[in-house]
Amino acid sequence: MEREISYVKAILEATAQSMAEDASVYIMGLGVPDPKGIFGTTLGLKEQFGNQRIMDMPVSESAMTGVAIGSAMVGMRPILTHQRLDFILVSLDQIINNAAKWHYMFGGKMSVPIVIRLIVGRGWGQGPQHSQSLQSLFAHIPGLKVVMPFTPYDAKGLLVSAIRDNNPVIYIEHRWLHNITGIVPEKIYTVPLGKARVVKEGKDITIAASSYMVLESMKAADYLGKDGIFAEVLDLRTLQPLDRESIINSVEKTGRLLVVDGACHTAGFAAEVMATATEKAFGHLKVSPQRITYPDLPTPTSPALANVYYPRVINIINAVRSMFRLPGRTEDELGIKHDQPLDVPDKSFTGPF
Amino acid sequence: MGKCNNVMNPDLKKKLLFNMLRIRLVEEAIAERYSEKKMRCPVHLCIGQEAIAIGVCAHLSTKDYVMSAHRSHGHYLAKGGDLKAMLAEIYGKVTGCSLGRGGSMHLVDLDAGFLGATPIVGGTIPIAVGAAFGSQMKGESRISVVFMGEAATEEGVFSESINFASLKKLPVIFVCENNLYSVYSPLSVRQSAERNNSAIVKGYGIYTDKGDGNDVIEIYQKMENAVGHARQGLGPAYLEFDTYRWREHCGPNYDNNIGYRSEEEYLDWRKRCPITCFEEILKQEKVLSDLEVKETVKKITAEIEGAFNFAVSSPFPPEKDLYHHLYAY
Ligand SMILES: Cc1ncc(C[n+]2csc(CCOP(=O)(O)OP(=O)(O)O)c2C)c(N)n1
Ligand SMILES: [Mg+2]
Repeated sequence: MEREISYVKAILEATAQSMAEDASVYIMGLGVPDPKGIFGTTLGLKEQFGNQRIMDMPVSESAMTGVAIGSAMVGMRPILTHQRLDFILVSLDQIINNAAKWHYMFGGKMSVPIVIRLIVGRGWGQGPQHSQSLQSLFAHIPGLKVVMPFTPYDAKGLLVSAIRDNNPVIYIEHRWLHNITGIVPEKIYTVPLGKARVVKEGKDITIAASSYMVLESMKAADYLGKDGIFAEVLDLRTLQPLDRESIINSVEKTGRLLVVDGACHTAGFAAEVMATATEKAFGHLKVSPQRITYPDLPTPTSPALANVYYPRVINIINAVRSMFRLPGRTEDELGIKHDQPLDVPDKSFTGPF
Repeated sequence: MGKCNNVMNPDLKKKLLFNMLRIRLVEEAIAERYSEKKMRCPVHLCIGQEAIAIGVCAHLSTKDYVMSAHRSHGHYLAKGGDLKAMLAEIYGKVTGCSLGRGGSMHLVDLDAGFLGATPIVGGTIPIAVGAAFGSQMKGESRISVVFMGEAATEEGVFSESINFASLKKLPVIFVCENNLYSVYSPLSVRQSAERNNSAIVKGYGIYTDKGDGNDVIEIYQKMENAVGHARQGLGPAYLEFDTYRWREHCGPNYDNNIGYRSEEEYLDWRKRCPITCFEEILKQEKVLSDLEVKETVKKITAEIEGAFNFAVSSPFPPEKDLYHHLYAY
């Protein structure tokens, strides 16, 4: 029987197994050894590996990022965690000026094998400074790798790869994926960085997404299928290096591309994916590529505004329909129900994925 | 306690007590109603820490500036922030102090001189220094006060800020509430046991003082000296007060059972309640009667009730407002 575990457990297992196989791996971050253990992703590690390798730290993200980088240069493999993506912002100098460039600017003499885990804190009024999605920012920096796993399987495999990789890797988790489940092998394994995956095959349109937006896209694809539109859902998994070939292959097959990116619109990652399709598969496109993103705004706290801020299944469905010159439909018409208020994760669609 | 100054005006003492009590009752009302799931944003309650907000703000006028961080309800109220607008903000309503865009972690009341509170640790420290810098440049006589948790002193921006404040002799007062924890992380995993904040800050050339954060009179007096220093143009001051957060880091419940601190420690601090201890003293001094307390509680409770009604019955921001205020015109 194949084993099903949560995304949280998958991260925990990847960490524990990587630490067991490599004594240079350590994990550090605010609250790592505390009773909540970073939403459960570090629970039990201090009992197994001791508090030298499972470390809390001063509320000094900038310095501690530099500390992680320095230790990585001399042979350690730190995993640095932030309970909200937003907290990494006080340490950007260390990441962008140092971690990302060290290998290149010193002629390849040293490398910085560090993983920085970031959690996107959508929902329950997390608001402007606790729910940002800044994947595009990191993907723009040469020298950084950026992964955004969607399934528990990938959460584990990509984390193992990130830890083994000799470069700084930004590993972005969406809080609303933490409780989804999926089949995850018990043994340690890797998922290669830089490889997208078709999570649902289809012939009519490619929906390219990452992280939590893959889940929304899969739901949308189900509804679209009922109306005879067969969407292929491509989970990008890694934004940097981007698997352009998989995008091109899928678009060559379907002739249409919708990119769903959970981040602000302008200069966002969706544009990069669309550009790839127009540059490399222009002749195959039947309509111009489209994108769904967040608006160019900070995240508002009030649920009344957050609910219109975040695009959801119906927006994806209607974006696709418009690409087929079909009229838009409503959630009521399609029977889309919400068992929860919109500012907490929907419990009806949590896997296994 | 016990250091209570008997020459102090009894009316002032009562005002300090009742102002603390008001914060306490507001926070308890939030805690009680939080499970209704209508306040849909994180809340960091300051129950147990009320004395610092009140003792400090007692020396400020609306002209002075105050800033804070994530645990800001008490600071906002102590500075005279509008209660209705605060509750409406927590309810995500358009009548909230930030029009519902910010929630509990983003309070503001410019009429009261409360310039804003934000939850990125350390984030408002240099901004308060900047407000003081601006006041100095404009030749105004205001002072700026920034409240922070002890964890904020671990951020690099704290050191950078006090350095600049000292360099320019800015009229800014840093008020550090040391409640021993950052979320569930005790001081022992974050700071060396030898660390001495007062000595550090003094080393930057800054006036420092520290004291019992549960003793409103002591806070009041220490702030009086610090404010005198800053208002005379002698430069910044740093005050650190020991205190304790009673409830969980974020949310309405108690969390002594999850294993990061002990029930005994909590009960010990509870005995040192800034409000009941002070109330006892005032009763012993015969400047306060049970009846007065009862009547005040009644009055405050009615005010809170009215403010909740206002918040609950206020409308949500309309969808069409989503794009308003991205850029200033
Ligand atoms: C830069 C940054 N890092 C981490 C956090 C997460 N965080 C929120 S509140 C908090 C605790 C801060 O402790 P302290 O400043 O002592 O204030 P207290 O909560 O004890 O009042 C932390 C670490 C944050 N908001 N910002
Ligand atoms: Mg603290």
